[in-house]
Amino acid sequence: MSIVTVQLGQCGNQVGQELFEVISNDANDTQRKVYSECSSERFFNETANRELVARSVLIDMEPKVISQSIAKTAKSGKWRYGDRSHFSQKQGSGNNWANGYCVHGPRHEEVVMDIVRREVEHCDCLAGIMAMMSVAGGTGSGVGTYVTQCLRDEYPNSFILNHLTWPYGTGEVIVQNYNSVLTLSHLYQLSDAILVHENDTVHKICAQLMNIKHISFRDVNKVIAHQLGSVLQPALTGDSHGVYNRNPIGELMSSLVCHPEYKLLSVCNIPQVSSSSMAYSMFTWPGLLKHLRQMLIANSKMEEGIDWQVRAPSLQPEGIERTRSHRRPGFNTSLANLLILRGKDVNNAEISGFQHPSLYTPWLPADEAFSMWKTPVPFNKYEKSAILVSNSQTLLRPLDNMVGKAWNMFASRAYIHQYTKFGISEEDFLDSFTSLEQVISSYSQL
Amino acid sequence: MTQSVVVQVGQCGNQVGCRFWDLALREHSHVNKKGIYDEALSSFFRNVDSRRSVGGSCDITGGRIQSLKARAVLVDMEEGVVNKILQGPLRELFDSTQLITDVSGSGNNWAVGHWTYGSAYREQIVDQLRRAAEHCDCLQCFFLIHSMGGGTGSGLGTCVLKLLEEEFPEVCRIVTSVYPSAEDDVVTSPYNSVLAMRELTEHADCVLPVENQSLVDIVNKIKHMSHSGKPGSVIKKDSAIISGQGGVSGAEKPFDAMNNIVANLLLNITSSARFEGSLNMDLNEIAMNLVPFPRLHYLVPSLTPLYTLADVNIPTRRLDQMFTDAFSKDHQLIRADPKHSLYLACALMVRGNVQVSDLRRNIERLKPMLPFVSWNQEGWKTGLCSVPPVGHSHSLLALANNTCVKPTFMELRDRFTKLYRKKAHMHHYLHVDGMEQGCFMEALSSLSSLIEEYSQLDATKDRLMPDAARLNIAT
Ligand SMILES: Nc1nc2c(ncn2[C@@H]2O[C@H](COP(=O)(O)OP(=O)(O)OP(=O)(O)O)[C@@H](O)[C@H]2O)c(=O)[nH]1
Ligand SMILES: Nc1nc2c(ncn2[C@@H]2O[C@H](COP(=O)(O)OP(=O)(O)OP(=O)(O)O)[C@@H](O)[C@H]2O)c(=O)[nH]1
Ligand SMILES: [Mg+2]
Ligand SMILES: [Mg+2]
Repeated sequence: MSIVTVQLGQCGNQVGQELFEVISNDANDTQRKVYSECSSERFFNETANRELVARSVLIDMEPKVISQSIAKTAKSGKWRYGDRSHFSQKQGSGNNWANGYCVHGPRHEEVVMDIVRREVEHCDCLAGIMAMMSVAGGTGSGVGTYVTQCLRDEYPNSFILNHLTWPYGTGEVIVQNYNSVLTLSHLYQLSDAILVHENDTVHKICAQLMNIKHISFRDVNKVIAHQLGSVLQPALTGDSHGVYNRNPIGELMSSLVCHPEYKLLSVCNIPQVSSSSMAYSMFTWPGLLKHLRQMLIANSKMEEGIDWQVRAPSLQPEGIERTRSHRRPGFNTSLANLLILRGKDVNNAEISGFQHPSLYTPWLPADEAFSMWKTPVPFNKYEKSAILVSNSQTLLRPLDNMVGKAWNMFASRAYIHQYTKFGISEEDFLDSFTSLEQVISSYSQL
Repeated sequence: MTQSVVVQVGQCGNQVGCRFWDLALREHSHVNKKGIYDEALSSFFRNVDSRRSVGGSCDITGGRIQSLKARAVLVDMEEGVVNKILQGPLRELFDSTQLITDVSGSGNNWAVGHWTYGSAYREQIVDQLRRAAEHCDCLQCFFLIHSMGGGTGSGLGTCVLKLLEEEFPEVCRIVTSVYPSAEDDVVTSPYNSVLAMRELTEHADCVLPVENQSLVDIVNKIKHMSHSGKPGSVIKKDSAIISGQGGVSGAEKPFDAMNNIVANLLLNITSSARFEGSLNMDLNEIAMNLVPFPRLHYLVPSLTPLYTLADVNIPTRRLDQMFTDAFSKDHQLIRADPKHSLYLACALMVRGNVQVSDLRRNIERLKPMLPFVSWNQEGWKTGLCSVPPVGHSHSLLALANNTCVKPTFMELRDRFTKLYRKKAHMHHYLHVDGMEQGCFMEALSSLSSLIEEYSQLDATKDRLMPDAARLNIAT
């Protein structure tokens, strides 16, 4: 089964390209034939003369990013984008969600959907669609939201995953919180799941774990691509009887999104080291998983600086409602977790630490809350690696900050005229704020 | 790729404009060694095949450069300046059909420029603007360049601004306005400037104010440094900011050094629209990010490095110094101190070998020293363009929407009021058809309310503003 990726805007296109780069390197390993073939089918279309063509659609409202991506991949020679699977215009959406959503989206709907349709028809079997974009600009966020809506209409029964890059807290785009609020509130109605990377977090990983001095977007994107790749590459699910999972997107959703009010997913992984120190590092499963578990419950996206004081709460006797006072400070409550292990000796890994009911919200049976995938095939040069996809309170604070800052700005009505110009009214803003406050409230009560 | 059209009006507008064209050519020839008419060139230049029939163009990118024409309309109500351009080394850049001139000038009278010439030349101007627009396949922006103090740039220039708004409402209008210094030799410059301000406030998307006094100060400082001859502080010969060397024109004229600075401002503001980068900043993003309320669209520019020292390798400290300088008083292109006023928003447009981590480090470092309005504490917009200016490894243009423009406006108002109280020179204006006493009052009150809007924001400075109470969700 195959995944069709839709890369939107500068960020979506730059991150998307790194993702295909990682996957193509990983899948090239000829010794792992079954794994490689499964991965290839998932992400690439093999042409008659054995070229790998990414199952991806590139969309931007300006030409520079896409033409650079195409040129870069053509040069690498390992894989390429489809000749007719990109669409760009001359002038970006100017960081204006309303411009992307109300003007560019509808104007180019037909062309864009034609390209997507063609890509879908290349798949023997469609597992799902992944739309990748930032939330801060105008094209990824605005056109991306509009395109997601079109995808929902056109493929009502397919899984749609949105991969979102959240902006640095101190921004590169001043209206980023408005654009984020509008994007998230709309996607919450359209998407099956929303997988989030925060630029601040990934930037920190580059600085502290990878020891990169001058961090470029490319470095950040490589980390994101590594994490995404390790989620989406083939793995064996609990009940797949030695056959690789067919539909990673669908299975991701069924493991993690059991309630439509909760669809924000985040990832963390271990180990993550610079290539120079990789040679000296020895990792054991108990060590890796102990750290990863603490990263989960103490809500830290990195193995460095984990707060080891945070403990899971002791379970209350039946019948007694868990109240705020019973909650541990700093403890991150999960709704559901998916643990993916790749590499040597995966079958010996002891994962019961992730299954304990105390980690989860009480209203869901703990055995439904936890899933695991694994494969003995190592991923992207790591002999052993573990990644955790989590539907938990991790994103609560950044979401709350985002909405809070946007709300403060909205209170003075700053920049609103830029949006009303394209047909987004103050009421539309209020609706978006309301629906995100609802999400915040739901997650805080987990 | 998008295109922009430059409209240069009056003596100052045309002289600054020509420095821009000269330096833009130099920049492109530096980057584009093969002589191919590429996307970057197409943003400000047409490629015309003179052998073909009249106006035969080969604007499609990818072919060889035939003959470059500036995407520009040159307007002056006297002939001197434009004629000099047509005799100079840049003459090939302009067709006679891109010029609009008259013989007598506006005599430093805004009303003559705005009303008399405005109505006489309206159709011709609109025709030429339309023609320039038709040559573009995606017109994104008009750059209007003019001075505030004279009659043509100030009066007719703001009339052109209104025409642009009427004819091309969707196309962004960025105005570079040269403000007169207090000792300006044009006696009526306060009238002209205040009358023009009202039009700028109402009809421009963004205004980049530049003060002649600041330009003079900067030029003097550069001269001083280049003559001091200290070892290690040799100014690079080809650094773009001060010299026109490497460009086509030779000997420098009086305003040239000053105008080069303004030309660099324009080069930098358009760099991200012309060249690639890891964080592109399109021209339409400027107003979107920097203009929270429609009238408050005056963006104070500062350029660094201004005083480039010849230096082989640039350690991080030097790079960080560039960011620090952008906020210091003596790098601002108007006399203002943004650090001690209130920021509504700020853009950093970086060129050259600078990474996102350099940006982040410097923003974190500078942020505590810079007061931002309560609802825009993180009001930073950044762009990274990978092509540096000629002769530099990197450069930075900061655009600050900051209440520090207020003193300049108040000073202007004072000088206006002094003249107006005595009704000095008033009759020259009231003679002009279309001009009435009321125009003065309306212009003055428009300026006063602008000042008041800045004051109200200023008053929130240093005051702890509570966060707005959040929406309650029924649970
Ligand atoms: N991680 C990562 N973030 C990026 C990258 N490029 C841009 N961003 C982030 O994306 C946001 C800006 O959005 P862009 O994707 O550039 O905007 P766009 O979708 O092209 O929309 P417009 O340019 O406004 O038409 C900021 O938060 C940036 O931090 C990238 O390559 N990697
Ligand atoms: N920076 C700079 N300022 C200039 C230049 N030329 C004139 N000025 C300033 O512009 C103001 C005078 O306006 P001009 O542009 O000469 O006038 P004009 O627009 O041609 O109008 P008229 O001559 O009245 O028809 C004064 O403040 C001058 O100091 C120039 O090349 N560079
Ligand atoms: Mg973009
Ligand atoms: Mg003149």
